[in-house]
This record gives sequence, C-alpha cells and structure tokens, in this order.
Amino acid sequence: MKNNAYLIKQISIFSENKPGKLAHVAKVFQDANVNMMSFSIAEAEGFGVIRALVDKPEMAFSSLSKKGIHVAYTDVIAVRMKNQPGGLYEVAAALAEAAVNIEYSYAFAGCHQATLILRVDDIDAAIDIIQKSGAYVLKPEELLCPCE
Amino acid sequence: MFRDKAIETLSSEGLQKLQIERLQQTLKRAQSVPFYRERCKEIGIAPHDIQTYDDVRKLPFTTKKDLQEGYPFGFLAVPMSEVVRIHTTSGTTGKPTVVAYTAEDLESWSELIARNLTMAGMTSDDIFQNMVNYGMFTGGLGFHYGSEKIGAVTIPSATGNTHRQIEMLSDFGVTAIHCTPSYAMRIVEVVEEMGMSLPKLKYGLFGAEPWSEAVRAELEKRLGVEAFDSYGMSELFGPGVAFECPEHDGLHIWHDAYYVEIIDPKTGENLPPGVRGELVVTPLLKYAMPLLRYRTGDITMLMPEPCPCGRGMRIARLTGRTDDMLIIRGINVFPSQIEHIVMQIPGVGDQFMVTIERVNHLDEMSISVEITDDVFNGELDQLTKLQSRLVDELKERLELRTTIRLVERGSLPRFEGKAKRVIDLREGM
Ligand SMILES: [Zn+2]
Repeated sequence: MKNNAYLIKQISIFSENKPGKLAHVAKVFQDANVNMMSFSIAEAEGFGVIRALVDKPEMAFSSLSKKGIHVAYTDVIAVRMKNQPGGLYEVAAALAEAAVNIEYSYAFAGCHQATLILRVDDIDAAIDIIQKSGAYVLKPEELLCPCE
Repeated sequence: MFRDKAIETLSSEGLQKLQIERLQQTLKRAQSVPFYRERCKEIGIAPHDIQTYDDVRKLPFTTKKDLQEGYPFGFLAVPMSEVVRIHTTSGTTGKPTVVAYTAEDLESWSELIARNLTMAGMTSDDIFQNMVNYGMFTGGLGFHYGSEKIGAVTIPSATGNTHRQIEMLSDFGVTAIHCTPSYAMRIVEVVEEMGMSLPKLKYGLFGAEPWSEAVRAELEKRLGVEAFDSYGMSELFGPGVAFECPEHDGLHIWHDAYYVEIIDPKTGENLPPGVRGELVVTPLLKYAMPLLRYRTGDITMLMPEPCPCGRGMRIARLTGRTDDMLIIRGINVFPSQIEHIVMQIPGVGDQFMVTIERVNHLDEMSISVEITDDVFNGELDQLTKLQSRLVDELKERLELRTTIRLVERGSLPRFEGKAKRVIDLREGM
C-alpha cells in the first residue's frame, strides 16, 4: 500500500445491545485518557458495532482489550468536504466510476470544516481517486483539532 | 479382528430367531422375580407370546427406581447359592442398586469384553493396564477378566498414584490402557510434564463418562493411541455392552446378548433408526438378574446404515441423559445436541446458554453464545454471517427456529462441575 500516510485507524468495538454499553466504553476511554472525536453505531439483530475515532488508537485498543471487550482496528479515510454544493457527490461519483465500493460512511464533526469518514473496499485506489477529484484527504494527525 | 465372526455378523432371519428365542427364555427366567411375575400377569403375557419384535413392545419397562425399590435382592431370579458375585452401582441419589451374577453371567460378560478387545485389535501379545476402580464398580473386574480371556498380560493397577501408573506404563511396555477419558487426559499431562513418552502404547479404551471427538483427537495425538469408546452399565453386566470397532463410527451393541430399542422417553413409543431417544435394553443372557426393557436413561440412536466391518447393530455415541431432555414445540432436544452443533462452528467461544420462554403460547428458544476474539474483525458482516450460520445449522439439525444472541467472551456464567446451561422460563404452565 503506497498511501499508508493517509490511513486512519478507526476503533471498532463489538457491543451487545444492552443499556449502558456505550457509557461503559466511554468510561474506559476516559480512564485511559483517550479522547473520542467521533463515533457511530451500526446495529444488527441483538448486537452492534461501535465505530470510534480517537486521538490515541493504540491506547484505546489495549485498554478495551484488557477489559475483555472485543475490539479491532479498521482502516478508514477522512475526506475534507469542499464547502460548496455537490462536494459529496463528486467524491461518490468518482469512486463509483472506478468501481470502488463505499461500505459505510459517517460525518465527522471537525472544528473547521465538515469531514467525511469513509470505509471502502479498495482503500489505496480510493485515496488516489479522491485526491484526483480535488477533495482533500486528511492524514491522521490532521484529524486532531488544533483548538484543543 | 473377530472373536466370534458367525455371531458378530449374524443378520436377518438367523439373528431374529436367536433373539426371539433368547427373549422368550429371558421372560421365562423373569417369572421367578415377583415384580415381573405380577406385571406379566396384569398384562396377560407369557413367554410363548413373544413371536416377533413387535411383541416385545407388550412387555413392561423396568426403571432404575424399580430396581432401587427391590433393594437388596428383590430382583434375584436364582437362589442365592447360585450367585457368585455382587456389585453395586453408585447411584447419585438414594440407595445403591445391587447387581448379582451367576457363574454363567460372569462367563458371558467376560466373553463380551474379550470380543471388544479383539475387535479393537488386541491379542495375547498385548500388555494391558486397567486403570479403573476395582471395587464395587464393575469397570475394574469386567475388563480384567476379558483381558485375561484373550491372553493379554493384565495389570490390575486400579486408580490413583499417577506417577506410579506412568512408571508401570513405561517399564512394563504397556500397549493398551483402559480408563476414563478424563484420567487419560491427566496421564497425558503428567507424562508431558515428566518429559516422557510412551512409544509402546497403541490402544486407549475409554468409557464410564461421555467424551467428545475433540477429546478423542487430543488423546490420540498426545498419547499416541487409537482411542475406542466403550459403553456399559452395571445393570447390564457392566462395561462392554457396546464398543467401537476400528471404523470409530458408533458402537456395536452385541445383538446376541442385548435386545435394543430406542423410545421417546415421554411417551414410551418406539422410535425408528436415525432418531435419538432413550436406550432401552433387554439383556438376553442374564441369569441372576434378568431384566425386561430396562430404561437406561441414556440418549442415543440406532445407526440406520450397516457398518462396513460387517458386524451388527450400532448405536451412536452417547449424547446425554433423559433427565436433561427439553421439549420445545413438541420436539425433543438435548442440551448436549445444542452444544455439539454450536461448538463446532468457528467463531463460537466455549460458553453458551439456552433460554426457553413461552411467547404468545409458543415456545421460543434463544441461545446466547460467546464469540471468540479472532472472529471479530471490526465489521458487522462477519458477525451477522456467524449468527445466520448458527440459526441455519440449528434449524437443519434440530428442526427448530432459534434466536441467536452473540455476546462478549466472559459474559456468560462459568460452571464448576456439571454445567447448567438451560434456563426454562416456561415453568408452571
Ligand atoms: Zn463396525
């Protein structure tokens, strides 16, 4: 993979659908001094996967593991959206044309501009295509909000 | 290898003639037991009324409870002067059950064990260490006499002192062992701890408790033996009632000595080959204590296909006890069946829990299974696939729709001793 510098390590967490699960994860992060920048939840029958972007992925991974929580890294990319209509369309269309599949996406409420997190089936190709389309692909260190 | 090829491979009319004859004789002998005399009188059945297998269904069942109520000698069919040995079974509850033997009984029993050992491949060249209890438990003396009968060197090492056992295994060049599978695992561990190996060992005969194919693979690999499953119970002489042939696909239950039925434990109806139910046995060669249709409480099935080895009736490896049986939407289900299905699917951890509820007058079964670390790759997909595979396999094998809940490792209760993996919330309906 040549575009390693752009890979963002999302933390994916197995979660039974039961009350307090997210709070439990949040508490583990807090105790480990991990800052959760964004998350989304994907649900299936009786369980789900919490997808979290954090400032210290390794620390997040090991502290969750130690608590017996099933956790995995998932490589995603972050795209800064042009603040103009059709920004998202352009990215999606370019990927579709190259037959790169978007498995899921969610918005990341960065402090400056709207950022889209993408999980795709061919991450290397996707980075090239998105960059060619004129959109800006963030490196992991650029995710961190400078205001904090 | 066969010990008595003609008898072991007897089939169709020849077998039926022998079995019916012996069933009649057994019923005749049973008339000396007040319990049976009264039952047969009530039903109005006499030995000559047994002409076909269907006629056997008219005979009364005998339960463990019946035998316990006859304590100590209520089921003896011969005068005490003809009895040469007594064993008792270790009942988990209440009084023990007494089993008695005439000289003919002991002869038949050791002949069956000899047949098993020969079937496994053992000969007079073998050195056999019998690592089971030699006391009131039938496993010790039963195998001892059978092994001497084939001329093998027989070491009555009994149980205990694992280091001494291993020393004998090694120093005497033991080629065959008999013990419980859990003791065999213990031997393996200690042998490995001691940095030893037992290159002469060839045969492992294991019984007295249920054991899985996974344990078989483990024992065969680490102990270097071919492992044979052995089934029996004291009421039916002891061990040796049924035994694996080298095909290792079910146990041959000796048709000249036992007449076998599989019944639905709730209704008492006979079940066809291929369907699991309670094993019911009428021993055909017992003199001191003849039994009619003894309900073993063990769950198995008759294997529908003939065995390539040419021998007769096989039962499947034992999968549980009737006491554990669940009835869900009218279908008999054993927790051990669920365990068997669930545990062989990759991604499933080593714990599960079954919950049965009644929802809108219908039984609903849900199974929580712990997932393994490696099955979770961060994607929902992998897990939904695992979930539907579990649902599909259970549907196909049990003919029941279940709800599968995937849960985190470590979140289900752990058990010491016998696991209680079923929560039945239908009680009091
Ligand atoms: Zn066979």
